[in-house]
Amino acid sequence: MKLNLRIWRQKSPLDKGRFEEYALDNVSEDSSFLEMLDLLCEQLVAEGKEALAFDHDCREGICGMCALTINGIPHGPEKQTTTCQLHMRHFKDGETITVEPWRAKPLPVIKDLVVDRSPFDRIIQSGGFISARTGSAVDANAVPIPKQTADTAMDAAACIGCGACVAACPNASAMLFTAAKVSHMNNLPQGEVEKDRRTLAMVTTMDGEGFGGCTNVGECEAVCPKGISLDMIAQLNRDYTSAQVKNFFEPVS
Amino acid sequence: MVLFCSFFNSTIGRKVLMAVTGLVLVLFVMGHMLGNLQIFLGAEVINAYAYKLHHVLPTPALWGIRLFLLLCVGVHVWMAVLLTLASRRARPAGYAVKRVVQATYAARTMRMSGIILLAFIFFHLAHFTTRSVPGMEYNDERVLSPNEVSLVKHGQAVMKDGEKVTTFNVHDMMVAGFENGLVSAFYILATGLLCLHLVHGVSSMFQTLGLRNATWLPRLNYIARFYGWAVFLGFAIIPIAVLTGVLEKDPTGGETQAIETSATH
Ligand code: HEM
Ligand code: FES
Repeated sequence: MKLNLRIWRQKSPLDKGRFEEYALDNVSEDSSFLEMLDLLCEQLVAEGKEALAFDHDCREGICGMCALTINGIPHGPEKQTTTCQLHMRHFKDGETITVEPWRAKPLPVIKDLVVDRSPFDRIIQSGGFISARTGSAVDANAVPIPKQTADTAMDAAACIGCGACVAACPNASAMLFTAAKVSHMNNLPQGEVEKDRRTLAMVTTMDGEGFGGCTNVGECEAVCPKGISLDMIAQLNRDYTSAQVKNFFEPVS
Repeated sequence: MVLFCSFFNSTIGRKVLMAVTGLVLVLFVMGHMLGNLQIFLGAEVINAYAYKLHHVLPTPALWGIRLFLLLCVGVHVWMAVLLTLASRRARPAGYAVKRVVQATYAARTMRMSGIILLAFIFFHLAHFTTRSVPGMEYNDERVLSPNEVSLVKHGQAVMKDGEKVTTFNVHDMMVAGFENGLVSAFYILATGLLCLHLVHGVSSMFQTLGLRNATWLPRLNYIARFYGWAVFLGFAIIPIAVLTGVLEKDPTGGETQAIETSATH
């Protein structure tokens, strides 16, 4: 395939940044989007130009590092697919493809297409853990958990923290991410003990990082490579409100 | 305690306030619409309804309700402004290319429909509640037939202490109001936008309150669509009926008896 690439280049967080156009030839339809960018980097280096910076790690859709807005959609046009799992056969020969980083104030560009996602780490640090000592791993059936509950927690735990939800949201809200991380633990008996404290802390951290509020438009769910649903946000709203009410009568510590 | 104050400073708490005030307004709007539709039952019915609204409850209670509704609008708008500003701050630089995947038109235009609704609410209160729009005071003969008409029950004037009870001719005020094409157009446009606002809002408020899941989402979306359209048709049909001549002024206020007696005098 022949491609015309329009890619965001930005030297540093302080650089203003701009789009640059590159022509790329001989791209296999079977290559992934990231492999296509590897080809571009080789071409750039051969021309004596600076290679393109973009995040990636596992390249098998499980780590959440890859993060590109492709033709206006985070992770590109395929449903429930990370950028690394997106293949070039979904594009047309001769197509112009626009590639941009996530756009959100709390996730600033570090270089080119790489953004700083440490606000996510801070949200998790504030409550995404279980303090009870659990010792060494117990048998899986030692704590009976209903199948439906385990499934819900598992669906939430599928979040890989890529940030596509923030990127797609018209408000740059991190509600889907936070909701997944909160639901994942609040639903399980081990995590339920600290449910209220966790929910209050993680939402407070989320707001403090400067993300926008949720308007229930559902773009996050639509682009999430793991199919995390808006149900998680409904549960977060419910858990947060009830934690605030409980906290009003008896401070949650 | 400190954290509870933080509830209304949090994005979720603010959205909960919007949902609760939105719910109050949603229920009020349905009652208001059903009240208005009584205009099709004749001048005496809608005039008696308006009379009851003003006289059944003591005046302070009436003002209490009015202020409560205004407070709801105020809080709703104030939270909308705060959340909108926070969203703007969270994305100072936009995308060169942005494609919408599944968000509905109604959901994406809540702020637009809301702002025009606010302008409409101001106009509507000035128009029909305080009657202070220049040229539309509905209090003199030029604008309208005598606006003090008898309170009518079953075609006969209601008497109290040997005198007729009079009331404001709400029926003719509405008809006169909507005979102005521009005014009617604005009312129809505003109720159309209200429909748009509710098609997203009525379902969204359940999500905000945490009362929605994948099973209920399609049902609530259906209810919201039905509710929005019902409100639009119920409100818009009145200006349409006036413009098409289905509804006409009735200077007697529906008092058939009065015409006969005044004719014999
Ligand atoms: C007065 C001007 C108004 C403005 C500026 C306004 C603005 C807004 C905005 C910005 C939202 C949030 C949208 C979102 O988060 O997706 C909203 C939600 C809502 N509005 Fe309004 N609105 C107004 C009037 C009304 C009226 C008159 C009603 C009802 C009759 C209403 C009912 C609702 C409902 C039910 C919601 C959903 C709340 C939620 O998502 O939790 N609004 N409004
Ligand atoms: S690189 Fe790991 S998910 Fe894409």
